[in-house]
Amino acid sequence: MKFEEIKNQAMQQWKAMQQSENIRILIGMGTCGRAAGAEDILEVLNQELGQNSIRADILPVGCIGLCYAEPLIEVMKPGMPSVFYGNLTPEIVPEIVKDYLVDGNPRPELALGIRGEGELAGIPNLFDLPVLKPQVRISLRNCGNIDPENIDHYIANGGYEGLAKALIMKPQQVIDETKKSGLRGRGGAGFPTGLKWQFCHDAPGDIKYVICNADEGDPGAFMDRALLEGDPHAVMEGILIGAYAIGASEGYIYIRAEYPLAIQRLRIAIKQMEEYGLIGDDIMGSGFGFHIKIKEGAGAFVCGEETALLASIEGGRGMPRSRPPFPAQSGLWGKPTNINNVETWSNVSAILAKGADWYAGYGTEKSKGTKNFSLAGKVVRTGLIEVPMGISLREIVYDIGGGIPDGKSLKAVQTGGPSGGFIPESLIDLPVDYESLAQAGSIMGSGGMVVVDEDTCMVDITKFFLTFTQSESCGKCIPCRWGTKQMLDILVDITEGRGRPGDIELLQELAEAVKDDSLCGLGQTAPNPVLTSIRYFREEYEKHIFERRCSAMQCQALVSYYILPERCQGCMICARNCPVQAIEGGKRMVHVIAQDKCIGCGTCLDVCPPKFNAVVKISGAKPLDIPEKPVPVAAES
Amino acid sequence: MSNPSTARDTQVLLEEKEKASEKRLDEILSTYRGEREELIPILQQVQQALGYLPEAVMKRIAKFLRLPESTVFGVVTFYAQFRLAPSGRNIIRVCRGTACHVRGSAQILAEIEKQLGITAGETTPDLEYSLETIACFGSCALAPVVVTNDKVHGRMTATKVGKILNKEPQ
Repeated sequence: MKFEEIKNQAMQQWKAMQQSENIRILIGMGTCGRAAGAEDILEVLNQELGQNSIRADILPVGCIGLCYAEPLIEVMKPGMPSVFYGNLTPEIVPEIVKDYLVDGNPRPELALGIRGEGELAGIPNLFDLPVLKPQVRISLRNCGNIDPENIDHYIANGGYEGLAKALIMKPQQVIDETKKSGLRGRGGAGFPTGLKWQFCHDAPGDIKYVICNADEGDPGAFMDRALLEGDPHAVMEGILIGAYAIGASEGYIYIRAEYPLAIQRLRIAIKQMEEYGLIGDDIMGSGFGFHIKIKEGAGAFVCGEETALLASIEGGRGMPRSRPPFPAQSGLWGKPTNINNVETWSNVSAILAKGADWYAGYGTEKSKGTKNFSLAGKVVRTGLIEVPMGISLREIVYDIGGGIPDGKSLKAVQTGGPSGGFIPESLIDLPVDYESLAQAGSIMGSGGMVVVDEDTCMVDITKFFLTFTQSESCGKCIPCRWGTKQMLDILVDITEGRGRPGDIELLQELAEAVKDDSLCGLGQTAPNPVLTSIRYFREEYEKHIFERRCSAMQCQALVSYYILPERCQGCMICARNCPVQAIEGGKRMVHVIAQDKCIGCGTCLDVCPPKFNAVVKISGAKPLDIPEKPVPVAAES
Repeated sequence: MSNPSTARDTQVLLEEKEKASEKRLDEILSTYRGEREELIPILQQVQQALGYLPEAVMKRIAKFLRLPESTVFGVVTFYAQFRLAPSGRNIIRVCRGTACHVRGSAQILAEIEKQLGITAGETTPDLEYSLETIACFGSCALAPVVVTNDKVHGRMTATKVGKILNKEPQ
């Protein structure tokens, strides 16, 4: 079947589905949906529909990005705007089925929002809400709207139009269009994509490779996972376009093994493409042929680095190599190779379909287009967002993210994963683009964005990142292998009360050496959390070292628990619950915690009745009036 | 012979198990061409089938790919996914990524260690549970995350630990 016929058929089927007389229910079945309990919800939903004899078509979809509200469904009754319900439980589902589907009451208080034309019980349009209004979904255009395991859904919504256009252009024209769009690599480095393709295109040789880097190793980042699970074809189409532009007939997708659902969806997608002549020999009858293989990672963060990734595909230890030569000239098995990130590829397919000028209409002068972020940490509305470059951090954290939970205050936003840095609250109006983030000492990175609040110790979280990068260091070059270890040791000492004068200066010196001298991006960026935390939160380091104090009270070795004699009523609840029997005291006696036995678990603080509130957690000097041994509770009330 | 009553019975049982592994390895290798780029996929498939990578198996894979044994061993020890010793029937993985850390995964890990009586990287003596930490599962918005076998549990708390451990074995 020719593509035109396939497209017409797909569009007819899609239209028929939209105009169906049946009720349709879309349910988020990405990994995050499942982690929140979507499978149980699906089961209850099927049960309730059966019991009420309601005919409904249920469509599993990918992530719409509202992870804070998962499990979530979108209920479409014919002729009405659809209604989104979130934070579902097995108890709420039967109510919605009965009240809305049977009795016509949409239960506005349970609804997140509506989508489509029309009005319904005053429920606001979901896309007008602060969480979605600033967003522009280009790479995520289909996620949450289509069944990712159905290629016809993708095609009916403009899928493979970009490829069709590209195949009647000359490869150089495709490269020019990509250059014109201003697209920069979304994997983290932000190198201009069109230019990267040009290098590979121009390199001599008949055999060339394109690779999709789906390793997404940054802890805190899940954009690529959601994209591959929710719309694998957007990525595949981009890869085909790039392969055609460069002149590559073979490719690889390197995907981390920790993403089994994404791997499964990719395999299904590729099989469907084969059936439609969209991959393999003679794609769309153009004469262009391309084959792809999937290679799974084996648990090494460094394999997200392009040359380590190449080594891994070749069957070796994931160790980077020095450049030049760059992969564009000498990559996989020495052949010219172009590696791009998942998100970059999904932007490519949109760009070729709608045009470079359209894409360049979004973003800033030097950072065109949109960027995905995994908004996580101490923020009310955690989720997957796609925003135009240039939006401020303030808008992301407060408008989209809904601010900090539990009335706490924002301390910093961590961008770029373990390779990135902390942007302090004072810089909250910073525009999010490549240059601004770099100037502030951080990086855009792949898109991980973790919000931390006043309860986060910046020294502790820096130690956390170094623990990660030190253990993931491949060991090939001394600056990284030794440097990360030494930085980590100093951080451990500081958090455990063994910090010494001069440690901050030493950390800084080490950090700069590791940054300048490491062989690859892992070592070159591992010091960023150290450098930015010292730059913006130096006083926290100083308190740890000179006062043995952790103001956020996270560093266990620097935190102590005491029982206030003026509040303790001798109820004995804490002593009974202490796991190491470190609390001495009897009935109506002020209890005392033996500091040498205390393990700092905080159970006493948790169990002391709120009306007494006698246990305090402090860091720093011991309160003056703590008795050494239990004394009788004071007589007055 | 489910309850070996003599040392000889145990020996026979072990030999049978070894023969079964050999057969499985043969089956897997027959689907490959013997090229260097196949090393990691072979190791992954074999570990999936046998639960871990015994020394004898690594030696045979080296021979199949015409590689020095040290090269194969070097690859196996480089990647966190590969196991050189059998793991428990249930694998509990606690995410220690940034978002999970900030939302209390260290406390969750401590609670699981307490309940199972082992630390991360270990297997319970009865071979029922293995405990591992993972850098990031990519479900950061549902932090903190624990994965038991293939089931992903989001928004974990210390009180939920007992429930998910008691639900195994599946």
